[in-house]
Amino acid sequence: MIEQIDLSMVGWARATFALTALYHWIFVPLTLGLSVLCAFFESIYIRTGNEQWKSLTKFWMTLFGINFAIGVATGIILEFEFGTHWSNYSWIVGDIFGTPLAIEAILAFVLETTFFAVMFFGWNRVSKKTHLFSTWMVALGSNLSALWILVANAWMQHPVGMKFNPDTARFEMQDFWELISSPVAISHFVHITSSGFLLASLFVVGISSWYLLKKRHIQFAKRSIAVACTFGLLSSLFVAFTGDEHGYVTARTQPMKLAAMEALYEGKTPTGLIAIGLINPNKKPGDDQDAFSFKVEIPGMLSVLAKRDFDGFVPGINDLVYGNAEQGLMSTEEKIRRGKLAVASLGDYKKAKKNGEHLVANNALSVFDQHRDYLGYGYLNSPEEVVPPVALTFYAFRIMVGLGTFFILLFLVYGYLMEKKQLENKPMILRLGVLSLFLGYIAQQTGWIVTEVGRQPWAIQDMLPVTVARSNLDSGTVAVTFFLFLALFTVLLIAELKIMTKQISIGPEGE
Amino acid sequence: MFGSLDWSTLQQLWWFIVSLVGSLFVFLTFVQGGQTLLLTITGDEDEKTLIVNSLGRKWELTFTSLVVFGGALFASFPLFYASSFGGAYWVWIAILFAFIIQAVSYEYRRKPNNFLGQKTYEAFMFINGSVGVLLIGVAIGTFFTGSNFTLNDYNLVQWTHPLRGLEAAFSLFNLSFGLFLVFLARTLGALYLANNLEHENLVAKLKASSFNNLLCALPFLLYVLISFVLMDGYAVNPADGTVVMEANKYLNNLLQMPLNLFLLLVGLVLVVLGVMLNRFTASVRGIWPAGLGTVLTCLAIFFLAGYNNTAFYPSKVDLNSSLTIYNASSSHYTLTMMSYVALTVPFVLAYVSWVWRQMDSKKLTIEELAADKKSY
Repeated sequence: MIEQIDLSMVGWARATFALTALYHWIFVPLTLGLSVLCAFFESIYIRTGNEQWKSLTKFWMTLFGINFAIGVATGIILEFEFGTHWSNYSWIVGDIFGTPLAIEAILAFVLETTFFAVMFFGWNRVSKKTHLFSTWMVALGSNLSALWILVANAWMQHPVGMKFNPDTARFEMQDFWELISSPVAISHFVHITSSGFLLASLFVVGISSWYLLKKRHIQFAKRSIAVACTFGLLSSLFVAFTGDEHGYVTARTQPMKLAAMEALYEGKTPTGLIAIGLINPNKKPGDDQDAFSFKVEIPGMLSVLAKRDFDGFVPGINDLVYGNAEQGLMSTEEKIRRGKLAVASLGDYKKAKKNGEHLVANNALSVFDQHRDYLGYGYLNSPEEVVPPVALTFYAFRIMVGLGTFFILLFLVYGYLMEKKQLENKPMILRLGVLSLFLGYIAQQTGWIVTEVGRQPWAIQDMLPVTVARSNLDSGTVAVTFFLFLALFTVLLIAELKIMTKQISIGPEGE
Repeated sequence: MFGSLDWSTLQQLWWFIVSLVGSLFVFLTFVQGGQTLLLTITGDEDEKTLIVNSLGRKWELTFTSLVVFGGALFASFPLFYASSFGGAYWVWIAILFAFIIQAVSYEYRRKPNNFLGQKTYEAFMFINGSVGVLLIGVAIGTFFTGSNFTLNDYNLVQWTHPLRGLEAAFSLFNLSFGLFLVFLARTLGALYLANNLEHENLVAKLKASSFNNLLCALPFLLYVLISFVLMDGYAVNPADGTVVMEANKYLNNLLQMPLNLFLLLVGLVLVVLGVMLNRFTASVRGIWPAGLGTVLTCLAIFFLAGYNNTAFYPSKVDLNSSLTIYNASSSHYTLTMMSYVALTVPFVLAYVSWVWRQMDSKKLTIEELAADKKSY
């Protein structure tokens, strides 16, 4: 299917996509959560009729708007990039992948942007109730938007409901409901949207804590913290719960990703969880070096988390690369052999069909049918290619989980101090609250690094490697675009941060 | 319901839906056109603020329709998405940049400490309204003039021109199409603003401006129309799907699809009527006939490109690599699923209209903007 592979082009295309996605994800989680918090704030205003709550709502909405604009700008780039940088992908899986993207645009994005205009400019143009309804619709629209995008992403992690059509040389959808109800889609959606709620709570708590430290807008800050802290505590508990579920699903659907997250080379029964560890940078799959220079292990814990069974076998990187007959795991080498047969027979089929040789075509097709499940492996050259970057995945995962646990404690402490009316007298805690705002962003970014780096080399897990998914572009072209995006993103980020910090320093009384 | 329709009917239905979204997008480029008017007709800062705020309440509508257009094309004609976006790379990247810079401009333009300064954000708006619209027109122009690509046996695209799509801008037809869209957008922008604002002096200027911009659009429109009558086109043999050049293909399409010819003519007349209404009467409601006319005209142009056995994204270098609505579409199953989704579109259009009827019930005034700290 693919003749010459320019690996540096694939590298630049991946770098561009990673840059865009991570940049986009600075703004999206805040949109997801802050839209809901604004809806809470406005609901309180409508219930109490207290104008201070209106002023509070409008202040957070101002920050929401600044953030939203740049989220929209970066969202469209991702949609376009599937075509520009991953055009083979767009054809090979467009029959399936395009659908959730289109639904997102039609059903969610339109809802979000239409009511956004009312939320911002409708205060004096529509009734109070219509305005509140609009604010809730923005919250619903942005989260529905996330739902469809995450259905699409989950399908890349765990492709279901499709079949390869050798005549069109693409995967075609067979069952849309399987896509939506995929366990990965569901756990992805609930984990990621709730993490957005968590981030927005940290955002509100962080900025309000700064006001308390500066002894400004004290009533405003306390009110904001009361709502955000409750929402944040519930969200962070939910994030932990759904994260655990997500790990369990990953163990079943992407065992290599889990092995990389744990830097687990040899599967064991039971398998321990590395709470903290320092990875040996020289460790390679198949060698006999220790994976860690230092580690603190909780015995049997990984078996419990991944298999819900203390004696559960969790396959390691070596089991997945070199096979494990005892556990019924096929080696990657065998998968590649079968994949190459699938690729060759597909070529034979296409050629014979073009030449009108029906018998040859039918024979080739039956060989292809036997090996079609391994088609993606046919484009790999060595078994070790299926191992994602281990250290990055391992550390990113630990940072995410560590921070997630810390946030639960933070909200508990804030809740306790609010209850005791002691919060404004605890500058250390307030500083920690301000710092946590930034930590929240780090947790978000590391989460996506685990998700996306952990599934390399696949664009579609086990089906389509990134080397095939790319566009037919030379690396220079893609590199130029990368730097253009980098420059533009940097400028826009500086503008966004300057405007945002200015609005924060003006504060709610400026409303 | 849709599952029982045959594949080709679904493909035609989806070309209709994509064409409708594309046509609505072109109508909504009144936002882009309005942005370019900022440079030419505003007298003072108040007038500029009025224009920016009036457009600023609608820009997301246009942006959303572009995203929907992209999403719908991806889902229904993925081979077009793959071939054009991945092939005519630089055109799409340039269009993308023109829209990214717009997305932040309204929100950031007058915010304190905005880093780049008000003039830069206004320049972004101008680039979006001029270069962005021009390039979209150039890209649509290639539906008739063809592009430089081949598809291999696996339907993977190989672009054969080093300029990766920018070469399309050297075609007089594509350029004319693009410039027609730019001036049409300006015409629509002036019509929309005249209806949305309360400011005697500015409205008078806008009323004149819509007429002048239509005059500027006319030569390019005429060139496009005459080309349609004279140019050869890419015809598909329905029996085996092969593509051949056919003399006066688009003229034949118009004659063989009289309803389409009717759409085109009615559409153009309505645009002219809308402008005349604003220019020669006291009315400011010309945007409505002109908007409807724009949608009908664009629909006719999309139908001209895709229906009646025509290759809608033809390849100049290898005729049989050309994309038709039949070889570029999604599978029967996917189109069926998407058709059920499309049933929600009337509902979506209904609530969007409802919201804007509420929001636009009062015209925008300087006084309102002065009292609103959230104004752009």
